[in-house]
Amino acid sequence: MFFEKYDPLKKEMFSVLDKDGKVINKEEEPDIDNDTLLHMYKTMVLARVADIKALQYQRQGRMLTFAPVQGQEAAQIGPMAASDKKDWLVPAFREAAAMLYKGATLKQNYLYWFGNERGSHFDEGVNILPVNVPIGSQINHAAGIAYASKILKKGEVVFTYIGDGGTSHGEFHEGVNFGGVYDLPMITIIQNNQYAISTPRAQATKADTLAQKAIAYGIPGILVDGNDVLAMYRVSQEALKRARAGEGPTLIEAFTYRLGPHTTSDDPSIYRKDEEVEEWKQKDPVDRFRKYLTNKKLWNKDKEEALQKELKKVVADTFKEVEKTGQYELDEVYDYNYETMPKDLKKQKEDYLNYLKESEGE
Amino acid sequence: MATMTLLGAINHTLEQQMEKDETVVVYGEDAGFEGGVFRVTAGLQKKFGKDRVFDTPIAEAAILGSGVGMAINGLRPVAELQFSGFMFPGYNQIATHIARMRNRSRGKYSLPMVIRMPYGGGVRALEHHSESLETLFAHIPGLKLVIPSTPYDAKGLLTAAIKDNDPVVYFEPKKIYRAFKQEVPEEEYEVEIGKARVVKEGSDVTVVSWGAMMRETLKAVESLKDEDISIEVIDLRTIAPMDSETVVESVKKTGRFLVAHEAVKTLGIGAELISRVNEGAFFHLEAQPVRVTSPDITVPLPKGEHHFMIDAKRIAHEIKKLANFE
Ligand SMILES: Cc1ncc(C[n+]2csc(CCOP(=O)(O)OP(=O)(O)O)c2C)c(N)n1
Ligand SMILES: [Mg+2]
Repeated sequence: MFFEKYDPLKKEMFSVLDKDGKVINKEEEPDIDNDTLLHMYKTMVLARVADIKALQYQRQGRMLTFAPVQGQEAAQIGPMAASDKKDWLVPAFREAAAMLYKGATLKQNYLYWFGNERGSHFDEGVNILPVNVPIGSQINHAAGIAYASKILKKGEVVFTYIGDGGTSHGEFHEGVNFGGVYDLPMITIIQNNQYAISTPRAQATKADTLAQKAIAYGIPGILVDGNDVLAMYRVSQEALKRARAGEGPTLIEAFTYRLGPHTTSDDPSIYRKDEEVEEWKQKDPVDRFRKYLTNKKLWNKDKEEALQKELKKVVADTFKEVEKTGQYELDEVYDYNYETMPKDLKKQKEDYLNYLKESEGE
Repeated sequence: MATMTLLGAINHTLEQQMEKDETVVVYGEDAGFEGGVFRVTAGLQKKFGKDRVFDTPIAEAAILGSGVGMAINGLRPVAELQFSGFMFPGYNQIATHIARMRNRSRGKYSLPMVIRMPYGGGVRALEHHSESLETLFAHIPGLKLVIPSTPYDAKGLLTAAIKDNDPVVYFEPKKIYRAFKQEVPEEEYEVEIGKARVVKEGSDVTVVSWGAMMRETLKAVESLKDEDISIEVIDLRTIAPMDSETVVESVKKTGRFLVAHEAVKTLGIGAELISRVNEGAFFHLEAQPVRVTSPDITVPLPKGEHHFMIDAKRIAHEIKKLANFE
């Protein structure tokens, strides 16, 4: 019912808040308890602060290349806040905010981008797959997790993320289509942040919206203001309802913007104008949500100052710890390739250790 | 003559070939407007227009599969894959069509296409950005695979690849994209595909390498200059078709063989080279052939990469051991 009201072919965009955080769609304003609202906000700010600090560390040569999330926090926190603990997150590579909300620790997030696989070993009961770099491939993993959930009657719903550029990929089609065929409990969120590295959204597909791709798979697709965390929450609620009722997958296009570079190796000034970035800064998802909370008397300047101060310290302390403990033992390189290390590989490891001994001082 | 980096030589060669032959087209993810994430194709779209130099959607099967069609119908596509680790979605096209079209059509359709991709590790990169996948191409009949280690060869091999009427996979050692400059002639020239280069003559040990590991090998040899070892160094340059003759002739002279590559050990190109040395120079061998390679494990993220990559020190150590073996 809900999804039928919004036609992706007509470019109708679902939203709850305006750019100043005022509710413009009272009927669809989700009913979220205050603690959750505040937790959502704090996680958005954590993701933002961690991102800004990581950029600094990267410039100082202390952090490796990473993919900043700035500008896309709402598209990630809304859906995760609507989900249950048991539901899955199958990310692409720019989902730090979603991962943090879903139970990955900041330390793990930093460790991964610091260059250590330990960052992908999430805690028990945290249903997140590791960062996924090969574009599109994660959608099929999400379909498989959803398939298992369905036939094992686990009641878990799977969220998976992809970029606007990623929708051009064959595996996007294969995965979303697979979900449709078996009515899988799977929610695919396209973060349309307007660019795939330097390539603008218009060159990813001739289609007017990415949400309309759902039509061809026979599933609902909806275009959402991706910088409106309440809109993202509300739509995810409906998609979850469908999924839990066995009605199948949903495709959500979150219309958003990457405020930072593609990765720290990218120079966006080559392909986009400052004015465009400035325009999108006016729609900053964190600012909008803060204004909403302020209007609701849940937030104020003092609280903001205290939070900023607290999180800056948390982030700096976490990074220091990562620098201290994030180095890599030789065993780690060898020990996780198989459950039991084959004899042949053991021999290779021994040979290498012998070499290290023999060559000392060379 | 101008001095160029390896990356600069590739850019210059693409420009030169596009000028000389208007059927040459260059394309890939971010390869048009921006000039590629490494800027290898910088300036080409401005000069030759959007029809001949263009950005593609993120779709490696489309990049390579459409290349098949372009090549059949009068163009000479030079396709860029952003990183070799992302060739897999396009591998279907490579293995099932690109390598086979000439044979399947009994010569009616040939595919004059070049597939360029940066490869290799040691650059503290993200996951899937550091692999050396030579074997996956060399194992497919019908493909050629070349890997330059110098700006001079980068130009000569790319020119030959573009002019070749069969598909050529062109690996770019990104670790040394900008590592050093070399004089590169302005005029067009080719480096023959299928011909290794003897970089340095010697009589005691034959050392073969290619790509970024060529630099490490040369550093290793330099570090041994005070030892009494005469080392012959060969840059394989073309992985497929392999120049057995140059290697075998060298081993007949030296009796000792070492191959250094950054790809993992098992079924690496080193294994094939040793087979050929055994077949062609078995009775000349004075010691067992040696492979210096990465171990058979997934390339670690950067904090663990030093446990994986081979380097000059390791190569020098093994050369010395091999030279002293009695
Ligand atoms: C199969 C594959 N091809 C190419 C790449 C290189 N690459 C990394 S990110 C990217 C652009 C992705 O754009 P989009 O899907 O819009 O996501 P965004 O980066 O904007 O979040 C590309 C081409 C890759 N990671 N995987
Ligand atoms: Mg994008």
